[in-house]
Amino acid sequence: MIEARGLTKHYGDTTAVSDLSFDVRPGQVTGFLGPNGSGKSTTMRLIMGLDRPDAGLVTLNGRVYHDLPWPLREVGALLEAKAIHPGRSAFDHLWALAQTNDIPRSRVSQVLDQVGLASVARRRAGKFSLGMGQRLGIAGALLGDPEILLFDEPINGLDPEGIRWVRHLLRGLAAEGRTVFVSSHLMSEMALTADRLVVIGRGRLIAEMPVAEFIACNSRQFVRVRTSKPAEVTALCDALAGAGAQVADDDGAMCVTGLCAAEIGELAASVGATLHELSPQMASLEDAFMELTRDSVEFGVHDAPDDDVRPSDIELAPVKR
Amino acid sequence: MSVVTAGAPALPPGSYSLAGALRSEWTKLRSVRSTTWSLVATAVLTIAIGILATTTEAGRWAHANTGDRLAFDPTSLSLAGFLFGQLAIGVLGVLVVSAEYSTGTIRATFGAVPHRITVLAAKVAVFSGVAFVIGEVLAFSSFFIGQALLSGSAPTAALSQPGVLRAVIGGGLFLTVLGLFALGLGTIVRHSAGAITAFVGIFFVVPLIVEALPSSIKDAVGKYLPDNIGATMTTVKQGFRTDVPTFSPWVSFALLCAYAAVTLIIGGILLARRDA
Repeated sequence: MIEARGLTKHYGDTTAVSDLSFDVRPGQVTGFLGPNGSGKSTTMRLIMGLDRPDAGLVTLNGRVYHDLPWPLREVGALLEAKAIHPGRSAFDHLWALAQTNDIPRSRVSQVLDQVGLASVARRRAGKFSLGMGQRLGIAGALLGDPEILLFDEPINGLDPEGIRWVRHLLRGLAAEGRTVFVSSHLMSEMALTADRLVVIGRGRLIAEMPVAEFIACNSRQFVRVRTSKPAEVTALCDALAGAGAQVADDDGAMCVTGLCAAEIGELAASVGATLHELSPQMASLEDAFMELTRDSVEFGVHDAPDDDVRPSDIELAPVKR
Repeated sequence: MSVVTAGAPALPPGSYSLAGALRSEWTKLRSVRSTTWSLVATAVLTIAIGILATTTEAGRWAHANTGDRLAFDPTSLSLAGFLFGQLAIGVLGVLVVSAEYSTGTIRATFGAVPHRITVLAAKVAVFSGVAFVIGEVLAFSSFFIGQALLSGSAPTAALSQPGVLRAVIGGGLFLTVLGLFALGLGTIVRHSAGAITAFVGIFFVVPLIVEALPSSIKDAVGKYLPDNIGATMTTVKQGFRTDVPTFSPWVSFALLCAYAAVTLIIGGILLARRDA
């Protein structure tokens, strides 16, 4: 259980995290989602007591990190890949960590085997790829067999096989009753891995809810309808509006919300419109995430003169008749 | 809310301690090549310069004037390499802390041992032990090699003579405490290049500046300089090795310890306060 209350952290004039409160519960994977630069890594460092918050408090199973009697046996963390001396072997890196918390040498070999680095354990880590560095970082987090696990962007640099492996690992750890907190800027990955989400943007909490609820709240289902003749478009629009549906324009097609495909088909038949397309659609979670955090992206790319208007906005705007 | 701990085993009694941190720091120090290279460099510089100095002086003795013969200090001469070996041990002292910052391992280290002063204490203890053993081995090696090279062509010293054993042991102590001063600098500065530059500046550049000052100032300031402290500690015939007034060997050593303590205390305070 991780409880953050009112966490605030400034670096000079920059506010990295602002009045952030959330809970991370045991037995679940909690995804920590936010665009790059939104304060995820800062929050991770505040949890671990590496940086001191300007205000607020974060506890791990009721204690601040500094007061944990056996930190590695209680909290395991992957904060950054390849945070290892390039001249030191993976084994010695982990062994040095293990010794601080009286963790037996056999456990070092065990976690290296678990993350698939047993064959390169004695090699200097400077030669490791980013993916191998991530695996070593994960081994370091697992070292003390802790109840709470923190992973900051664990899939960065991993190949698809590695990403699947991390996903299974995280779900397995949560299934064992552990508290798993994993940050990512990839909504799609979190949709597959996490049970709950803590979403932040510009250091502020945007949402904290189960993934299913987040999807239900933030993804829109609609039906794309296409007809050829302008007269039919007008007639169908009127009929749809009369039935209580909302219609938006999407590059020549109609995006209809509020009615299912079957109802739209019957309405089209009743006004004599010939349909070229009638397809149920689901706005992607990525879109929902973009929408939610749009105002909080620190280094946003402005790609058009009218950069405030995005396709998702157009979908929602009723067509003028 | 009850805490589910199904996946994690029960914690052992007690808590992490300095003992574990010491073992960890020893593992870190012995598991990187930069340690070996720094120590090899220290040894080569110290021994080689000692050999060079003694062979040169052995050849000169026959033609030396009375003043030079009076000032001749075979112990100090054989330990001449220590003033160069200090550079390499200083680099190692800096790296013990700064390498953790440059590689990012400092966060894993503090994650494992949140009490940061414990980490610093463990680093100080392990480094001191290594530097002291290496320093004394080098001091006695330099001494015996030097006397062997001088014998036959110039007077030699023996450990039984007054002040000789003190000067030889002083060589190893000087190297150890100097390394600790550098470790403190590394803790304050955190960047390898910056800390090494500061170290070189204090030990090689400041003496040059002081040398250029009027002799009244030079005499007042000179005895506080680390290189003069080192010279005093490794000299039997006081007053001949340096051209400025100096403190006695043990007062000089106490002063050096105070310098190291100041950098370590400032470093420790910053370590505890700063974000990692």
